[in-house]
Amino acid sequence: MTVQTIDHDVVSVVQAAIEKHGKNRDAMIPVLSEINHVFGYVPREAIREVRKQLHDPARQVHIAESQLYTLTSFYDMLSTKPRGRHVIKFCENAPCHVVGGKAIWDGLREKLSLENGETTPDNKWTLVTTSCLGLCSVGPVLLIDDDMYGNVTPEQISEILEHYE
Amino acid sequence: MAFYRSHVLVCVDPQCLAKGAHEIVDALQDEFVAQGLIDEIQVLETSRIGGCSDGPEMMVYPEGVHYHGMTADDVPFLVEEHFLKGRIVERFREVVKPVVDEELGPLRPKEVRVVLRNCGEIDPNNIEDYLAADGYQALGKALFEMTPDKVIEEVINSGLRGRGGAGFPAGKKWAITRQVEDNPKYMICNADEGDPGAFMNRRVLEGDPHSVIEGMIIGGYAVGASYGYIYCRAEYPVAVETLNIAIKQAREFGFLGNNILGTDFNFDLEVRVGAGAFVCGEETALMASIMGKRGEPTPRPPFPSVRGVWGKPSNNNNVETYSNVPQIILKGAPWYASMGTERSKGTKTFAVGGNVVKPGLIEVPMGISLREIIFEVAGGIKDGKKFKAVQTGGPMGGCLTEQHLDLPLDYEALTQAGSMMGSGGLVVMDETSCMVDIARFFMDFTQAESCGKCTPCRVGTRRILELLQKICDGLGEDGDIEKLENLCHEVARNSLCGLGQGAPTPVLSTLKHFRHEYEAHIYEKRCPAKVCRPLIRYEIQAPTCTGCTVCARNCPVEAISGERRQAHHINAETCIRCGICMQVCNFNAIAVES
Repeated sequence: MTVQTIDHDVVSVVQAAIEKHGKNRDAMIPVLSEINHVFGYVPREAIREVRKQLHDPARQVHIAESQLYTLTSFYDMLSTKPRGRHVIKFCENAPCHVVGGKAIWDGLREKLSLENGETTPDNKWTLVTTSCLGLCSVGPVLLIDDDMYGNVTPEQISEILEHYE
Repeated sequence: MAFYRSHVLVCVDPQCLAKGAHEIVDALQDEFVAQGLIDEIQVLETSRIGGCSDGPEMMVYPEGVHYHGMTADDVPFLVEEHFLKGRIVERFREVVKPVVDEELGPLRPKEVRVVLRNCGEIDPNNIEDYLAADGYQALGKALFEMTPDKVIEEVINSGLRGRGGAGFPAGKKWAITRQVEDNPKYMICNADEGDPGAFMNRRVLEGDPHSVIEGMIIGGYAVGASYGYIYCRAEYPVAVETLNIAIKQAREFGFLGNNILGTDFNFDLEVRVGAGAFVCGEETALMASIMGKRGEPTPRPPFPSVRGVWGKPSNNNNVETYSNVPQIILKGAPWYASMGTERSKGTKTFAVGGNVVKPGLIEVPMGISLREIIFEVAGGIKDGKKFKAVQTGGPMGGCLTEQHLDLPLDYEALTQAGSMMGSGGLVVMDETSCMVDIARFFMDFTQAESCGKCTPCRVGTRRILELLQKICDGLGEDGDIEKLENLCHEVARNSLCGLGQGAPTPVLSTLKHFRHEYEAHIYEKRCPAKVCRPLIRYEIQAPTCTGCTVCARNCPVEAISGERRQAHHINAETCIRCGICMQVCNFNAIAVES
């Protein structure tokens, strides 16, 4: 999720994803998710490459770049824009909200000077809200990359962020 | 077969691996060889013995000693002490910490567990555990003793209704799918549990995946389907992994694949992972997503049972519905139908959240009252506060009040009261919640999740949200309530799918039951619950204030003034109402006024 584009060659990443998920139309979302996982977002070159490798009229598989882009922009977990080295996903849903989630959200925004969806100038942090993670009994909850933090208090924010390089 | 006097289990979960679990395994092997113990002691790699946070971890049997935190360099010493001299090394011994399951504890009063019966009791990654708990017996019974029609009849007689929230009788749906003359047919499991606060299905998928798989296979046999999809949301990575392991094991044991249990019935399954779109919980949007499209709903009819995924008949049920099926087949329809009310049978799982003493997952028989759920099963309201409202049915459900607490849990009763059963989120609110803020909050959610396909939902939810925001900001005007009501009715009536049709429910239900709060915001510019920032002010109570200056030092906008040891004062003009002063005050000298 936090890997830089330069470390990976788009063509081979796309190829590996297609090998894993197949060449049919319904492989598009899994393939895009895989690409998003490697680069942190879905780069334009990758969309071009997926189309190149999947579009095959002989097999009745018709895929346009616009279709891939429209999928990327529709689903929350796919990003059309590059993200920071670490992505903070904050659960803004009701169960977390009523147990003090707002103070955590305000604290994060203040601490990082970010609004929802923004990335710090040093590319370290991206702050986004997330759909319910289903961890409501330990709310408020936030997710940094793949690490889950539950029962978060405003005082803990700095301490949690310090763990990340 | 070799006999060992002792077994050493080393945890090789990712966290322990990162801390050198493999090195420990190698060092143990080397040391046992060096000490001539390798024929007596077996080293095994296993998953998760503790919390992994103090890894690497290992268990030594038969003593049952739990070691953690050692490095490969410590291994020779540990082997010498424990295995040669028989002395337990206290330095690495794990102090037993009681395991607290914050989601699903022991059976609570008034709970009956059917769907959750195995969660936390069996190892979800080991099919043999499920088999030992009567697993796949129902499948055997269905295949060998029952015709597909008999299976459907049994499910109809049980009274099982769709647990995704709408409550369509499951058996009837199966019968419709069976009757359609078109092939192939598909079984679809909706595991896109997106309602905020609802995590019942996640727990079933993670704790008892085979019950869902078995329910789907039985359903496939009943409707004549040979392939199925489980559409699971990407926010549940553990559930996806558990399901994939379970499917693999079910194939190995011959419960999935061709000629299941030696019959001529074939059925297989795959997991499809979503990519983050709430609307995909709607069945037509879900099927679009399975087919690799944007998850946008399409008008019904045709219903999925007639024309679903790939244009073929597709039977759509959710996790909890399928998970009930094996027990119904095994114990019989009369047993299941003995629980509940006249039209709502069996049990229902709920994720209780919000201001209750014991939040978490519960499973209760239908017909139980909301009062029993909140005050007995969930332990009542936290911190001695007063109950104000309970939101059932997720973001498209409604807020119910004190007067509804004795309603029985029943699909029709909840709908009549202006809410709905929904998939099972239950958010309990105490007197400190502002109902206008809550309505705004849910509308913020549905507005963001509106897929944008139909105009009433796309534009309507936004306009409703703007009105609510305006009221919360203290800018509400005469006529706004009526405008809100009109808009809500229009959006509910004209939207394409359940998302838009249900989106206004939180607003309408709070307008109905808490109209006075809307009026206080608009006409008196007051937030009775003291939540909406523009309508409240912080005040320092002079007699209690000691003049310690801690509030003034912490105020981010320097709105607090006063001499040391003298009562301080907040300048309402500069104050941004962040509440920091109140949090840092050690003397409870700061009050919120409205």
